This record gives sequence, structure tokens and C-alpha cells, in this order.
Amino acid sequence: MKSFIQSHEVSKFVKDGMSIMVGGFLSNGSPELLISAVLESNVSNLTIICNDGGYEDKGVGRLISAGRVSKLIASHIGTNPAVGRLMQENKIIVKLVPQGTLAEQIRAAGAGLGGILTPTGMNTVVAEGKKVITVQGKEFLLEEPIKADLALLGGAIADEFGNLRYRGTMRNFNPIMAMACDNVIAEVSEVVKMLDPEMVITAHPFVDYILVGGNKNG
Amino acid sequence: MDEKVIIAKRIALELKKGYLVNLGIGIPTMVADYISHDQEVFLQCENGIIGIGPLSECTTELVNAGGLCATILPGGSFFDSATSFSIIRGGHVDVTVLGALEVDSEGSIASWIIPGKKVPGMGGAMDLVVGAKRVIIAMTHSNKGVPKILKKCSLPLTAYKQANLIVTEMAVIEVLEDGLHLLEVNPENTIEQVVQATEAPLIINQVIPMRGIEL
Repeated sequence: MKSFIQSHEVSKFVKDGMSIMVGGFLSNGSPELLISAVLESNVSNLTIICNDGGYEDKGVGRLISAGRVSKLIASHIGTNPAVGRLMQENKIIVKLVPQGTLAEQIRAAGAGLGGILTPTGMNTVVAEGKKVITVQGKEFLLEEPIKADLALLGGAIADEFGNLRYRGTMRNFNPIMAMACDNVIAEVSEVVKMLDPEMVITAHPFVDYILVGGNKNG
Repeated sequence: MDEKVIIAKRIALELKKGYLVNLGIGIPTMVADYISHDQEVFLQCENGIIGIGPLSECTTELVNAGGLCATILPGGSFFDSATSFSIIRGGHVDVTVLGALEVDSEGSIASWIIPGKKVPGMGGAMDLVVGAKRVIIAMTHSNKGVPKILKKCSLPLTAYKQANLIVTEMAVIEVLEDGLHLLEVNPENTIEQVVQATEAPLIINQVIPMRGIEL
């Protein structure tokens, strides 16, 4: 049986300066309850890894707007004006990464790989300072793995073992982030006794804790 | 006709039966409105879906790459972001349509940043233009009179030499090894007007009226 936790217990797993991966794509599939719990825990100076900067009042954007994030690694920040504002005030460092590269860097960390070789970003600013490796006559950029201390997952349905499946497009970065972090908390909207093994997307060894009560509409 | 509608209608003609297509945000999204049912095109969105359908009332279980609530059509599927970009980077997308700030005579594309002004980020665009079999740029021909089709891009690149076709409200331009070929011109414009609105040199052989834009 997996450990089921309450919102107020989330503070035990977060601390100042830690790195956190947050699932979701423009907050679709982001764990809103877990994000609220992190906000209530008063931690700051966080490094956040997420597909995007969310919205000012939704998804991972709430942590950014509240000034809790000192570094953001994401592919897109255009939907949250707070990110640009904090960048101008030198209150946040933003590292923009092509979305497919970000996904593979996270997957590489979870899969125990030393990085990935991708053609994406060649001859652009993304390639600056990175090693170019030629394989079978084609040039690739070496991109290193990205791991984090904690993953906060959303959009899921769990069984009592901690296996997860996701709803619709809420899957996005959640399954790969589950593999790349020391501690993994999944926010789920529903718990069933046992998922059909054929339907399991994230197997329970990747999941450490489950918070029940996530919004179905994530 | 609205210039964006002209662009979207013309691009819809490029999508062949059975194609897997990724449409970017903005004008590219409008292309979906002009794809006929018998074209049997499947639309992929980088947030993890093949077979995205029309927009819907909000359930938010399913959104498109712009974060708007949508539907899934028969034959569709969901997957995670790593799989989504395997589809994109791995050459399984037949056509990607995306907007741009600038395109140049070599087919290089700038679309993700205006340094010091606007930094939205590249999202999935860098992967899409490198991985898709064919890259179609959908954009207005100029920006308040300033050309966007340049000899050389001035903004930071999204990708080097990846555009295959440029469709604007004025013209259809193909990017080949030897430069930009003017293929079609909107009958409301002359070839001279297109040349004037374009900074990059255009190779002009046989030009026909822009197809697919009749009402």
C-alpha cells in the first residue's frame, strides 16, 4: 500500500532552496492542491522545472507570482506576465529550453542516462557553450540530464498500490517527472482498489506519496 | 477577406490525405477550420494528443497546445511529452505550420524572442521545425510596412535553414537551395508589390494566382 498524505503534511517534504519538478502544460495536469500546500509552507528560493510558467493565478505560476521561485527552467513563459516582470527586477533566473529537449533531459535523468543528443537548437543560441557531437555524419547537441529533489504530479487516478493513470492531455510531463526526482508526490482525483495493469502509465515504484482530492478539472 | 483567413485557406490546400499535422498558435490554428473532412488529416498537439478536434466547453481534461479546451476525434490517442516529441523530432509529423517574426532567403526562421522586448520562449517550435518533414510558415507579409521576409534574419533563430514554404496574404513562396521562389500571388496584388514588400530577393519564373482563397 502506498502512503496517502494530507495537504498539511506536504510541508515535511519541502524546504528552502530545493529543486521541484511540477507536472502540467499551461497548468493542464498541474497539481493545484500540492502547489497550494507548497505556498502555505512558506518555502522560497525554489528552483522550478516545469514545461511553462503557467498563469499568474493558476498552476505553477502561483509559486512564481508569490516570489517563491528564484530559478525557473521551462520552455515557455509567455502566459504569465509575472515571470517577465520578475526577470526585469532580477528576482528570477529563467532558463528557456526547447520543449522536446526538456522532456528528454528529464527522461534521461530518470532513465540513468548521461544525457541525450538532439538536433534541436543547432545553430541557435540554445547551442551556445554546448558540445556538438557528430554521429553517423549528422551533428547533434549534447544535452545533460535534469533531475530534481521533488516531483509534484497532477491529473492522475491512483490505485491503492500507488499505480497511476492520467486523464486526457493531463498526462504531459507527469510520467517522466515521476522518474527523475528523489521524492515523488502525486495529487489524484480518485483512488480505486486496483487499476487494470494494462492501463497503468506510471508504475507504483516511481511514486512515494499520494494526496487525494485533486480537482478532476486540474 | 481577412488576411489571416487567406493564409489559413491557402495552407489547408497543402495538407494531403492521411497527413499527421501540427499547427502552431495563431494563424496556424485557423488552418484547421479549412481542412475538408475527406482530406482525412490528423492533427497532433505537442501537449500529448493525436486527433485533436474542435474546441469545446471547458472540462479541461483535454486542452490543445494553446491551453484551450478541445475534443478528441475517433482514432485519436494520448501520450506523454517525451513520446509527443519523439513523434515530432523523429520525423513522424508530415507538416508543421507555424508563425514567424522573420524568415530569410536560406529558410532560417526567427519566431521566439525579441531581445529586450518580448521573451515568450520557444516552446515546442525548435523541435517542430527541425523534426517535421515539411515546415510551412504562416505569417503576414510585413509588419506595419516593415518586411518580414529578409535576406538574413536579424532576430535570434528558432532554426537554421528549415522552412520549406512561406504563405502570406500576398504570396506563396517556396524555399529551395538557390533561394526563394515566388510561386503564387494574391490576385489583389501585383508581382511588383510583392517584390517591394519583400527584402529578400525573389526568383520569379512562372507565377500563378494564389490558389484556394476564393470565397
